[in-house]
Amino acid sequence: MTPARVVAALCLIAPFVGMLWIGSYAKVEPTLIGIPFFYWYQMLWVPVSAALTSVAYILVRREERARKGGDSA
Amino acid sequence: MKDGVNGVALGVFIFFFLAVTVMGFLAARWRAAENANNLDEWGLGGRSFGTWITWFLLGGDLYTAYTFVAVPAAIYATGAAGFFAVPYTILVYPLIFTFLPRLWSVSHKHGYVTTSDFVRGRFGSKGLSLAVAITGILATMPYIALQLVGIQAVLDVMGVGGGEDTNWFIKDLPLLIAFAVLAAYTYSSGLRAPALIAFVKDTLIYIVIAVAIIYIPIKLGGFDDIFAKAGHALSQVNPATGKPKGELASGEKNQWAYATLALGSALALFMYPHSITATLSSRSREVIRRNTTILPLYSLMLGLLALLGFMAIAAGVKVDNGQLAIPQLFEDMFPDWFAGVAFAAIGIGALVPAAIMSIAAANLFTRNIYKDFLRPDATPEQETKVSKLVSLLVKVGALIFVLGMDKTVAINFQLLGGIWILQTFPAMVGGLFTRWFHRWALIGGWAVGMIYGTVAAYGVASPTQKHFGGSSKEIPGIGEIGYIGLTAFVLNIVVTVVLTLVLRAVKAPDGVDETSPADYTADAGDPGVQADLPPATAGAPGGH
Repeated sequence: MTPARVVAALCLIAPFVGMLWIGSYAKVEPTLIGIPFFYWYQMLWVPVSAALTSVAYILVRREERARKGGDSA
Repeated sequence: MKDGVNGVALGVFIFFFLAVTVMGFLAARWRAAENANNLDEWGLGGRSFGTWITWFLLGGDLYTAYTFVAVPAAIYATGAAGFFAVPYTILVYPLIFTFLPRLWSVSHKHGYVTTSDFVRGRFGSKGLSLAVAITGILATMPYIALQLVGIQAVLDVMGVGGGEDTNWFIKDLPLLIAFAVLAAYTYSSGLRAPALIAFVKDTLIYIVIAVAIIYIPIKLGGFDDIFAKAGHALSQVNPATGKPKGELASGEKNQWAYATLALGSALALFMYPHSITATLSSRSREVIRRNTTILPLYSLMLGLLALLGFMAIAAGVKVDNGQLAIPQLFEDMFPDWFAGVAFAAIGIGALVPAAIMSIAAANLFTRNIYKDFLRPDATPEQETKVSKLVSLLVKVGALIFVLGMDKTVAINFQLLGGIWILQTFPAMVGGLFTRWFHRWALIGGWAVGMIYGTVAAYGVASPTQKHFGGSSKEIPGIGEIGYIGLTAFVLNIVVTVVLTLVLRAVKAPDGVDETSPADYTADAGDPGVQADLPPATAGAPGGH
């Protein structure tokens, strides 16, 4: 496991912790433009998890390219 | 709904329907290959789709008409509990990021068209591959049937479903026409048809949701009012259960169910044959990874769509059948012509996944039942012919399902299908990372999971149904209410591990593994992986 892979793995695991820990967001207040916390918080996780997956993607791709470059050299 | 046909809405609906029909037939010529008579062409669109087409195709495939109707319907009925669809679709992407690229690589290297192809190649077991194929077909059939239920809901609200006293043939004629058209262009164009139509479908859906989420709250006095009214309505006691109908945020008691449903559904989604078909049609490993970063846009849309369920409550939409709640909300709120656009979005939203699902089920039958067991010497031309015919049969079967039986039967089977398909996870995803599991142990685990899941789901009663009343039940040993599919899945893994240890101890013979470790990371452009697979290698599994 390289450091890049560890970070990528953490990025991929984070949404599971965030979403499955329901006690952390099962409440109505604070509301956002009238929408209860329960809903806007989970929807906020959509862009957050997309960003985390993008980070993982960039890290893994960079590493794979480096490794391939190393093989052919 | 009862006051006759909505002419303007129907006109707009028919216009869009005709437009996509023409596209469906023209699709055969889109990026066509010289030799169209092999399964890579008809069943996987030539394995040539880039990032954007794959995005539309997967989006069109996973977020079906039934999703659009059922998710807000669940919110309309129970409030917070229905929102599990959002965490579910959030969790899908990190999950597939880790395993789908491996599946893509090994499938491209060995010409696999289905997950069963992979399982057979990896574990050298036709029995295990058959189990996976049958599970896939069984889980897909009711799913196709539910797409029809989605179309029916729209037709009903437009007033063309006919009343209860109408002759059954007249009543079902619009549905029959829609399906005949769908069947015809899937037959002639294969996976290219839904890929092209998915553009129209998703564009319409995004427009409708964007308008709905701004326009309806303005008409209803803002989200404060909507949630105040919805909260009040959900706290009313349901006479059938003696408990409140629902809640605005998931209460202590319901959190296990919420979490297990989200996790279990996320694990199951990419076991469905139609998800895999859309994935394998992509051009490269990179396309899949890149898609996991842009597909969440659909989750956002699904979340907004779910909120429409609250708007339906606040707007005072009263329907006996919860699935009509959203179409009825559109009918009540939008001007006629835009209601027509919204209905077209849902209707076309049913056609895309129905086409892909029937292709995926047909591929499974052809590759893993017909070729493996009935005609091992079938040529690629014969395979394609059989697949095309089976895609028709599958659709007819789904139609009979919906017309011949009560709608709840299709819904019950869909619920079971989700539980069943999850039981193929250890063989497929396990196989992508390790060969430690013994093939017979995997069959044993699968059987236990299938049986437990079916029996447990049969035993769930609801106020309206004695059996299959829901997908959650007390988890043995934990005592909380949780998703049956996930419990069955855990049981499945435990049995698989224990049996593997036993079989390894008694030195039971292992199957032949035709894959090598490097196959799982190969990408387009690497030696041995060609962008376009020649049909000859595509049809020939190892061992010849």
